[in-house]
Amino acid sequence: MQIIRNRLMVNQIPRFGFKYLNDSTFLNEDHLQIQKAALDFAKEKMQPYSAEWDKKHHFPKDVLRELAAMGFSTIYVKQESGGVGLDRLTASVIFEALSYGDVTTTAYLTIQNMCAYMVDQFGNEEQKQTWIPRFGTFDAFASYCLTEPNSGSDSKNMKTFAKKDGNDYVINGSKCFISGGSVSDVYLLMCKTSEKDVSCIIVEKGTPGLSFGKLEDKMGWNASPTAMVLFDNVRVPQSNLLGKEGYGFKMAMSALDGGRINIASCSLGGASYAFDLTKDYLHDRKQFGQPLAQFQGLQFKFADMATNLVTSRLIVRQAAQMIDNNHPDKTLYSAMAKRYATDSCFNVANEALQLHGGYGYLREYQIERIVRDLRVHQILEGTNEIMKVIISRNLLK
Amino acid sequence: MKVLVAVKRVVDSGIKVRVKPEGIDLQGVKMTINPFCEIAVEEAVRLKEKKLIAEIVAVTIGPKQGAESLRHALALGADKAIHVTTEARIDQTVQPLDVANILAKLVERDNYNLVLMGKQSIDDDFNQTGQMVAGLLDWPQATFASNIQITDGIAQVVREIDGGLQTVKFKLPGVITCDLRLNQPRFASVPNIMKAKSKPLETIPLEKLGKLHNSIQITKTEAPSIRKGGAIVENVDVLLQKLRNEAKLF
Repeated sequence: MQIIRNRLMVNQIPRFGFKYLNDSTFLNEDHLQIQKAALDFAKEKMQPYSAEWDKKHHFPKDVLRELAAMGFSTIYVKQESGGVGLDRLTASVIFEALSYGDVTTTAYLTIQNMCAYMVDQFGNEEQKQTWIPRFGTFDAFASYCLTEPNSGSDSKNMKTFAKKDGNDYVINGSKCFISGGSVSDVYLLMCKTSEKDVSCIIVEKGTPGLSFGKLEDKMGWNASPTAMVLFDNVRVPQSNLLGKEGYGFKMAMSALDGGRINIASCSLGGASYAFDLTKDYLHDRKQFGQPLAQFQGLQFKFADMATNLVTSRLIVRQAAQMIDNNHPDKTLYSAMAKRYATDSCFNVANEALQLHGGYGYLREYQIERIVRDLRVHQILEGTNEIMKVIISRNLLK
Repeated sequence: MKVLVAVKRVVDSGIKVRVKPEGIDLQGVKMTINPFCEIAVEEAVRLKEKKLIAEIVAVTIGPKQGAESLRHALALGADKAIHVTTEARIDQTVQPLDVANILAKLVERDNYNLVLMGKQSIDDDFNQTGQMVAGLLDWPQATFASNIQITDGIAQVVREIDGGLQTVKFKLPGVITCDLRLNQPRFASVPNIMKAKSKPLETIPLEKLGKLHNSIQITKTEAPSIRKGGAIVENVDVLLQKLRNEAKLF
């Protein structure tokens, strides 16, 4: 029987599951079914267009809306609030599967999920009812604003300030490296409301004083718009405050562990795709009269790639489960998972490029795009260096 | 109107199978719902959305893992599922006539107005079961459907045949088997996958409904021979010589 759907003929040699991403024992029937739905969607609706989106710097809002219709934009928002109400392990499995198709759009999807989660956890009824249904359909695109030109890792030192004025806040400052900047409809802004207090305020696009820098020209993540978000006496009602004043850091901490798993999961998916492409290439490409798969040096590289991929997957899923179970060490494991998986998966993609030889350097062979996309995962959501700070601090205290 | 949709769990179409002397090696191999069966489920769901049928029941025959295909059918929109359990190999031992007998028994038990199936399964490619079900029930049938219309209890089906397209009309109840171009199945969304978990799933051991006669013996399974290269010949004489002696055409 010929291939029915327009699937890429990856991994033609039989022998089980790497390309199905479920080579670990964590997943139950439900996870597997949802994973299949996500993977089928990714292979059909994302993978064939990934190169074009990257080349044209096209932000595929329509595909994101289809992803929302599948239930992928409010994965861990409670059902009572209008979300899908699943756990972090399922979210990790979903993001990994979708990243197999396209890393960049999946990474943006994780931001939408995180913003929806924050509104769900800390918002009042009105805020939940206003935003969660809209986030759930991608009727509203959300962005999360934390980083500033002068405060990245040192986020507590942010300068953007919201001053009370009557019943409003007046906000001044700037945020940078904001995914969705200028395109998103709503911005969850982390800013200072007093010298020490960080709070989260919802700011809608179109509010006077809110403007955006030009779209950044990046190494990768080209399908996702990134820009500075500028606040010049932006006035919003105090009812736009999410949670309570001073809760900002508590909220950020609560969202961070999950955010780290999300970005690590995106790395897993991209690396898996590069890995599968490499497996086929090693069989197809012949030099010195033999397929590359016969050369021990390359076999060893491939063995290391596989081991790194599987161990990354294991720690990411373990950390996801620990968040779900509210394990006391969840922050430690999330930091380890993020650091390990993003580093390993970048290396897997990079080695995949090397194994493809000259062809690895050509855009047509897709590997270089995955390398470019995965590179930033080692930086955002907390640099891997900060991850090491968190890990050592947790262990040595 | 109630419709019975039969689904089979088969080897995923995207992988290359390993052939062993006793048959295809299923160990650790990715399995999925037969693509034509999935098309049948999708058609049933579309008919229900058009309010032409009221209830969709999906049925499968096979081991415990076969329930995967049922859950997929439920997630696409089926209302109930029936799992006829057996440990026999469904790509070898469970054969069309036995399947047809079991399906016919279920039809008689539950009174369906329509049986929708895939035209064939991609593991054994028999293309017999739907036809046999119709024969056993003495019902009209339309196979290789690429379009189905139902109005006032009359089914009008466009069939894809070698000569082109043939349209047949019959009064329900009947059997329709589905071909590739009938529809493009939807993706199962997460909310629907979750809802599917609470839909009723009935389990019946195969022995309660029928028997496996194993009347067809599989004597040999082998991979197709590797395609040999051709050759460019200099003139017609050499061509004739090769056709006679090598291709053995005449």
